[in-house]
Amino acid sequence: MVADLGFFALLVAFLLALYACAAAAYGSWRRQHRWVASARAAVLLGFPLLTLACASLIYSLINFDFQLQYVTQVTSRSMPLYLRATALWGGQAGSLLFWSWLMATFTFVVMLRDWRRDRDLLPWVVIVCAATLAFFLALILFFENPFLRYWRGVTGTVWAAMWQPGGALPYVPFDGNGLNPLLRHPGMIIHPPMLYTGFVAFVVPFAFAIAALVTGRGDDRWIRVTRRWTLIAWLFLSLGLILGSRWAYDVLGWGGYWGWDPVEIAAFMPWLTGTAFLHSVMIQEKRGMFKHWNMLLIILTYCLVIFGTFLTRSGVLSSVHAFAQSAIGPMFFVFIAVTFIVSLALLSKRWNTLKSEVQMTSLLSREALFLVNNLLFMGILLICFWGVVFPIVSEASGGIGQAIPALAHIFTGQRATVGPIFYESATGPLWAALLLLMGIAPLSAWRASTARTLGRAMWKPFALSLLVLAGLLVAGMRQPLALLSLWICAFVFLVTLYEFWRGVRARVARGENPLTALGRLVARNRRRYGGYVIHLGVILLAVGIIGIEMFQQETQGSLAVGERMSLGSYSIEYVSLAEFETPDGRLVDRAVIDVYRQGEWLTQLYPRRDFYYESQQAMTIPGLRSTLENDVYILLVDWEPVSASRATFKMYVNPLVNWVWYGGFVFVFGTLVASWPEAQPSALGQRSRSRMRGHAERA
Amino acid sequence: MKWAAWAAALMLLLAACAGPANAPLAAGSTPSADQVNAVAKHLYCPVCANVPLDVCGTAACAQWRAQIADLLSQGYSEQGVYDYFAAQYGQSVLAVPPARGLNWLIYLLPPLVIAAAALWLGRNLARWRKAPTAAPERPQLDNAYARQLEDELKARR
Repeated sequence: MVADLGFFALLVAFLLALYACAAAAYGSWRRQHRWVASARAAVLLGFPLLTLACASLIYSLINFDFQLQYVTQVTSRSMPLYLRATALWGGQAGSLLFWSWLMATFTFVVMLRDWRRDRDLLPWVVIVCAATLAFFLALILFFENPFLRYWRGVTGTVWAAMWQPGGALPYVPFDGNGLNPLLRHPGMIIHPPMLYTGFVAFVVPFAFAIAALVTGRGDDRWIRVTRRWTLIAWLFLSLGLILGSRWAYDVLGWGGYWGWDPVEIAAFMPWLTGTAFLHSVMIQEKRGMFKHWNMLLIILTYCLVIFGTFLTRSGVLSSVHAFAQSAIGPMFFVFIAVTFIVSLALLSKRWNTLKSEVQMTSLLSREALFLVNNLLFMGILLICFWGVVFPIVSEASGGIGQAIPALAHIFTGQRATVGPIFYESATGPLWAALLLLMGIAPLSAWRASTARTLGRAMWKPFALSLLVLAGLLVAGMRQPLALLSLWICAFVFLVTLYEFWRGVRARVARGENPLTALGRLVARNRRRYGGYVIHLGVILLAVGIIGIEMFQQETQGSLAVGERMSLGSYSIEYVSLAEFETPDGRLVDRAVIDVYRQGEWLTQLYPRRDFYYESQQAMTIPGLRSTLENDVYILLVDWEPVSASRATFKMYVNPLVNWVWYGGFVFVFGTLVASWPEAQPSALGQRSRSRMRGHAERA
Repeated sequence: MKWAAWAAALMLLLAACAGPANAPLAAGSTPSADQVNAVAKHLYCPVCANVPLDVCGTAACAQWRAQIADLLSQGYSEQGVYDYFAAQYGQSVLAVPPARGLNWLIYLLPPLVIAAAALWLGRNLARWRKAPTAAPERPQLDNAYARQLEDELKARR
């Protein structure tokens, strides 16, 4: 009954999405607003209907309705309540439903805004949102229905179908298969929703961009309307990536946080284009330039969002994240291709109306440096995209080798693996250049900037950064790449602080105390100073990444009870190992390890191996001692089965890795500051504040 | 000539960063777990999904690591072990594709496209710098002010 309710809600939402597309298109064509209003109402209804569908599936998951195929696939009686509820996004069908619900939620919120100023855009925003929703709902209804039930025929055959086939009886397994062990983690509550929210929220700026293209509005209204949406989408996507990294660090047992896995990269690619877009829209707003480029960036971001979902859900690539495999891949492929071609056709049709209002006049102007920033992001995107698709290309090209034997040695058809070494060495210089640009661009002026003015603006932070470099050399650091990277970080950090200091100094000169001046400086120009806080977060993240990538130490050894193994200034002693079962269906082997630093006892750690009976899979959970300086990360690799008198451990010392997470917090805080709505000031207050801001910017 | 000097300096820097290659073990000596892992890090489990061999926790991967130890103790070099695994299980076990045939595309395409983009940018920036400013600077109105202005204009109509 509950499942039927969910299925009908899904079906009606799908039909309404199709109706909304048709009604909005007709209303726009015939200029009859009542049709557009009707389409808007249909889209608004999608949210409560899909909420009902999600609620009915969650109800079934929580209440062990194992007649539902999806419930059997992703839950079991031993799973705790929070995991049963969040199993909504733990499998293929459920995650598609969750994606659709998020899409319906965002569309609902967008539809509720005041449309009086943008009535011409409304039908096309409805069409893009409803078409995207209809596509996902079609996938759910026709290929990945989470409400399919098990039936048993007279011959004993069991199969899944929505309705009771003739002669068949309901079949209810006693227990389910349980969730993939990798997903049995508190991170499951928050990481996928963050990532999906980031993905889905990018649909809104795309919808406005397409609406602007269709209606021929060459102004930047669509950018102003969606600025906060884009920031929110970017915030959630960033949060999803950071939380995913932490989850990998805690659960995957490889000693790191980012493995350049195809699915990780799939989520990273829209972040790259989204970040480039956030930077380049500023140029359009300030100078009326890069209009084509911004359109292209948001089209790319949308297509990469769908591509990312496709990679995660189709199983076309081998990945540690390949939790779902199905035949929906070709549908995604067609959808991405159609969207991309139609969007590019629209862009080409409106090419002339999107011409820049002014020309670039200085190589060192802020807009020129932002253009370089965008191209660097695109370079990283290209490397990531090519690295992800190359295994498919290398395998698929075997057909050419077979057709033309002379080329068989080139097109061998052997699948290639593109691992972290490729991505790290190929993107490293581009990241360094981006970081450096982050320090230079804020000091360059709009429109006209020369090496001399730029040099004058940056010599103080530059000189201070050289002192940091000297400090690193005195401390004994000798690796050229590490020195260069940390110097760049120091330079950008100092430039950003310098920008805050200049603003505060301007306000203090008018009689404010420094703290009030800082608060008001940020509050009055949240976008600019929020951006600087984000830059500070990025620097902390970069320091953490440099620390672990360049200075990580690891060793492995087999220890008898009471024996020690050393790495750097740390040593570990094997104390004992216990084996026990848990009520949630795990066999746990848990070692007890004493950790010492330069001979002094520090703490006790408990690396363990969890074996899940249901899935017959094992998980390696590290023992971790975390400080701002470094992490001691211990993995239990192997042990003697009965006596446990000897066990093998892998030990990592990960310097500065916590800076990645703290940098993440600062990054998120900065995004919140930048996207926080400005209060509506009075006319008088506005004038005086504008004067103050002008003063601060001149300073 | 200047470019050639820069390229040579860059090559030297890269060579210095790369460090010396590990020498093969003497035949018969037992490699340490760290030596095995250093090689396994550059190989992927032939059966698991995208997991490097040094961190894979399955029994099959433990056997493959033992096989690496065995090959190293026979005097195989690191490259020799990679070649052996690629011959046995296909090139997909290698962490990066060997530079031959179609695989050259993975190494050449991104730098070529990036270089082309840099060239385009350099040429256009030079052209833009020579060109006179086409239009006056855009007024820098923020949203609140723009809204207020529009409201006032509406009220006058």
